[in-house]
Amino acid sequence: MIQLISFYIFASIVIAAAAMVIFARNPVHSVLWLIVAFFNAAGLMVLIGAEFIAMLLVIVYVGAVAVLFLFVVMMLDIDFAELRAGFVKNVPLGILLAVVLVAELVLGIGAYQAGAVKLGTPGAGEATVSATVPNIEAIGGLLYSKYVFLFETAGLILLVAMVGAIVLTHRRSHGTRGQNISSQVQRRPEDATRNVNQPVGQGIEL
Amino acid sequence: MTSFFQNLGMGYDAAWFTATIAGILLIALPLMLAVAMIIYAERKLWAAFALRRGPNVVGPFGVLQSFADGLKVFLQETIIPSASNRGLFLIAPIITFTVALMAWAVIPFADGVVLSNINVGLLYILAISSLGVYGVVIAGWASNSKYPFYSAMRAAAQMISYEVSIGFILICIVLWAGTFNIGGIIEGQRGHVFGFINAYAFNPLLFPIAVMFLISSMAETARAPFDLTEAESELVAGYQTEYSSMAFALFWLGEYANVLLMCALNAILFWGGYLPPVDWAPLYLVPGIIWFFAKILLMFFIFAWVKATVPRYRYDQLMRLGWKVFLPISLFWVFLVSGYLMFTGHFA
Repeated sequence: MIQLISFYIFASIVIAAAAMVIFARNPVHSVLWLIVAFFNAAGLMVLIGAEFIAMLLVIVYVGAVAVLFLFVVMMLDIDFAELRAGFVKNVPLGILLAVVLVAELVLGIGAYQAGAVKLGTPGAGEATVSATVPNIEAIGGLLYSKYVFLFETAGLILLVAMVGAIVLTHRRSHGTRGQNISSQVQRRPEDATRNVNQPVGQGIEL
Repeated sequence: MTSFFQNLGMGYDAAWFTATIAGILLIALPLMLAVAMIIYAERKLWAAFALRRGPNVVGPFGVLQSFADGLKVFLQETIIPSASNRGLFLIAPIITFTVALMAWAVIPFADGVVLSNINVGLLYILAISSLGVYGVVIAGWASNSKYPFYSAMRAAAQMISYEVSIGFILICIVLWAGTFNIGGIIEGQRGHVFGFINAYAFNPLLFPIAVMFLISSMAETARAPFDLTEAESELVAGYQTEYSSMAFALFWLGEYANVLLMCALNAILFWGGYLPPVDWAPLYLVPGIIWFFAKILLMFFIFAWVKATVPRYRYDQLMRLGWKVFLPISLFWVFLVSGYLMFTGHFA
């Protein structure tokens, strides 16, 4: 009973928030609605017993990705009139994207219901998950045994992406002076100040 | 508690619901009282560090000072700047306050005394604490004012930076305990060092990350010496600049609830939570909740001590500490701990 009520609450909030992401005039409001959608999607994950995925969703998307989104969007100076002017021009593209997405959804659900696609190990059929083993252990057991090469490939791709991002953005520009923390810490009052007993009426030479 | 309500003649659903609501109230209301008293305690501590008297007028020894402040704030007018984004401006303190309370759901106060004993308890705390930044960021943006906005930017960058190293530190603990369940982590510390000390912190391999976690938790809650989000010499009062009356008080309460949570987390992860410090039978006669509160208060004393004595970091120093010092060390420590555990056959 409580599960059913929570499901309808979470599901309706996800859909409403997702709609508000599109309809909100202010981009910051859009990002905040997106966060609400993420959070309630995590609630849905908890309901189907995937608590690990739910927590990852909150930590990664709500806790890190959306903060960076918000960070960028808050600093943008967006001209709303210009934004709306582009609407008519982009309508055909938008409709095309929507049609493609709907087609993919229909295909995906159809394929799932037909039961034809078996995402699992070659030959062994679907990956079975026991209900008694905690989520994390089940995922870890699969990830580090059957799928270890896929997992390491994903790690390598992320590493390459990270190195690429650093190479692209990290330029040592000349003429800028960085902080040398150890020299700052080692600096003592004697190095920076001196005590003088200057006669009255004469200036101090610095 | 569910079975207690079931015995009163309720169905399982109704009993579960009532028990959960009762549990939430049992945690949230004493927590509010604890926050009020801890603010008083902290002001007294700072006063002692600075050789002042501190609050001593309202009630005996000034113990009612926080309640007087609360009443004053409650009676003040709520001023909403006309240029602000009204809805978000009011939601921001509510988010801060709510999020600060939510994480307490998985904290065990004694053996088995926990509202929600979930498998991913530690991840839940990490997830909830990563939500805390939204209150600050939204407040800074919705105020539509320069200083709060700077403060929001700083808060977002600071919290993301320190969450990374906190994540790695937690992985070391989880590797050793073998579970994300907080009760399991505490039980894993029973007789951990030399067979009789109940704390991970006395393990030579884990002590350095215990210190790092303490420092990171100060940065995560934006406490001194990392309180750059409300550095009064640079940003007036940071994200709280435009806030008044109850909205301001909610920020205040949320901040201290967060500080208490971080103290509790330190106590749980490294100092044995509700276990007595030493695995010796007579010490178990003292209820676990008393050991737990004693450890929280000890950690809070350290927090107050640091705030009273250490000068504020510069922003670039803060970022350097997070990314160039803590991140490499904690990453190396994950390697070290997992290597040690593999070598000694901990996982076998």
